Amino acid sequence: MSTIALAARDSSTMVRRQLRRLLRYPSMTVQLIITPVIILLLFVYVLGGTLGAGLGGDRGAYVNYVVPGILLMAVATAATGTAVMVSSDMTEGIVARFRTMRISRASVLTGHVVGSVIQQLLGMAVLIGIALAIGFRPAAGVLEWLAAAGLLTLFAVGVTWLAVALGLKAQTPEAASNAPMPLILLPFLGSGFVPTDSMPTALRWFAEYQPFTPIMETVRGLLLGTPIGNSGGIAVAWCAGIAAVSYLWAKRTFDKA
Amino acid sequence: MTNLAIEAHGLRKSYGDKVVLDGVDLAVAEGTIFSLLGPNGAGKTTTVQILSTLVPADGGSVRVAGHDLDRHPDDVRGAIGVTGQYSAVDKLLTGEENLLLMADLWHLSRRDGARKAAELLDRFDLGEAAGRPASTYSGGMQRRLDLAMTLVGDPRLIFLDEPTTGLDPRSRRAMWQIVRDLVATGVTIFLTTQYLEEADQLADRIAVLDHGRLIAEGTAEELKRRIPGGHIALTFADQVRLDAARQLFGAGIADPDALTLQVPSDGGVRAIRELLARLDERSIDIDDLSVHTPDLDDVFLTLTGRQEATR
Repeated sequence: MSTIALAARDSSTMVRRQLRRLLRYPSMTVQLIITPVIILLLFVYVLGGTLGAGLGGDRGAYVNYVVPGILLMAVATAATGTAVMVSSDMTEGIVARFRTMRISRASVLTGHVVGSVIQQLLGMAVLIGIALAIGFRPAAGVLEWLAAAGLLTLFAVGVTWLAVALGLKAQTPEAASNAPMPLILLPFLGSGFVPTDSMPTALRWFAEYQPFTPIMETVRGLLLGTPIGNSGGIAVAWCAGIAAVSYLWAKRTFDKA
Repeated sequence: MTNLAIEAHGLRKSYGDKVVLDGVDLAVAEGTIFSLLGPNGAGKTTTVQILSTLVPADGGSVRVAGHDLDRHPDDVRGAIGVTGQYSAVDKLLTGEENLLLMADLWHLSRRDGARKAAELLDRFDLGEAAGRPASTYSGGMQRRLDLAMTLVGDPRLIFLDEPTTGLDPRSRRAMWQIVRDLVATGVTIFLTTQYLEEADQLADRIAVLDHGRLIAEGTAEELKRRIPGGHIALTFADQVRLDAARQLFGAGIADPDALTLQVPSDGGVRAIRELLARLDERSIDIDDLSVHTPDLDDVFLTLTGRQEATR
């Protein structure tokens, strides 16, 4: 078998390992799915009336506005779980065993990434289901849904590789759980919960140029038909860039450790 | 001359200012059990980590299973198996899943993998526990699963890093039998231990590592021959007397809990008389005295005791 075929085989073995582990330890997955759902319900039912009015609509209009931001927040929340999982995995003897075996080195990390991305897609599906139940009314056709799913998957892959790198860098699982925290705030400091033009100048500048905003704008445009402009290209570039840099960073950190 | 499974010259490793290995030479013949013996912190685990490709050495040349460690680490990895002192099993997976994971990583076919897993579960008496997560296993069971996982790939050379540390005596004897059975099938075993009895029981050759240097090497018999008379064990009434005696002799292993001091000696009447006279001179009373014929503990004591008054 060629090197690439062997690497693919080892990676799929590691993905199976990771999925089994996630099934054995479901409380983490449940927590990562429930947290964004609670945020969604809080924002819609507690703040949604007022915020919806501010957008020139009602609570229903706010559900439509906030869903893309919460989808990204769900991915960022899951990143915390990934970083903790990677960090605690590294302290286990099993990873030392993998390093002494003739296997593709990156496969250990690929297993974590693919497992987490599957977990996140599941979480996003649950989130969208609940959003639909409480009044989310997307205007997207099949193509737009597929495009949104593709972008969100690419985003999840990028953020998850970043979480893996942060998990590898962290000295302890506790430190690993703190490292991705800023990611959870980025939807707030962007167009996730309110439009950026309502913010003070300095914050608005940051909000418009940080990576999450074009991604949220693109998802919003695809699902609800709002204008996308040049956000689409910028969003894909950010996601691919984060994924590529984080992948290389994670791989180097793992090889050195 | 037989082929060498491990050949190392001038192995060096430092972590920051701390020199862990200071020029270690090793030659391990194929099909034998070689034991690296030393106290905690002597550099045993670091040696295993280097030889098993986990960490790079700072200097020295190493061939493992006929392959150059620096240039062909993957060929080395394909020939070795490692069971470390920290359990290298996935605790969230069942015993059987752990073995199948190894079979997949060794690229065995599904059928061969399943057969191998079943065979190992049976051989290591884990059949009943096969479907339970490894986190529910006892220490001895985890260690057996760990070793079973190492054997999935039929390695020619197996590293066992303190395989019985933390095990109860029964599990320890079971592990010894497993090691003997393994070497009977022709594999080479590189075993580290801090238990002299273990090295004495199992090893064809023993190397004593202390502060990153090999201070003795040979068969158990050869090492014992270096210490003609074993040691004298002195028991004291209190810590003050123990400390005073330790200062007086300058060598020996003190056990503050049992209030005993082991002094290397040939155990002859003359030596005992001399020792008692020196104690009398300083008015150090002893409660009890016993003479021990030599075993590996004495080798260890004499070779390492000067640097370490306590163990």
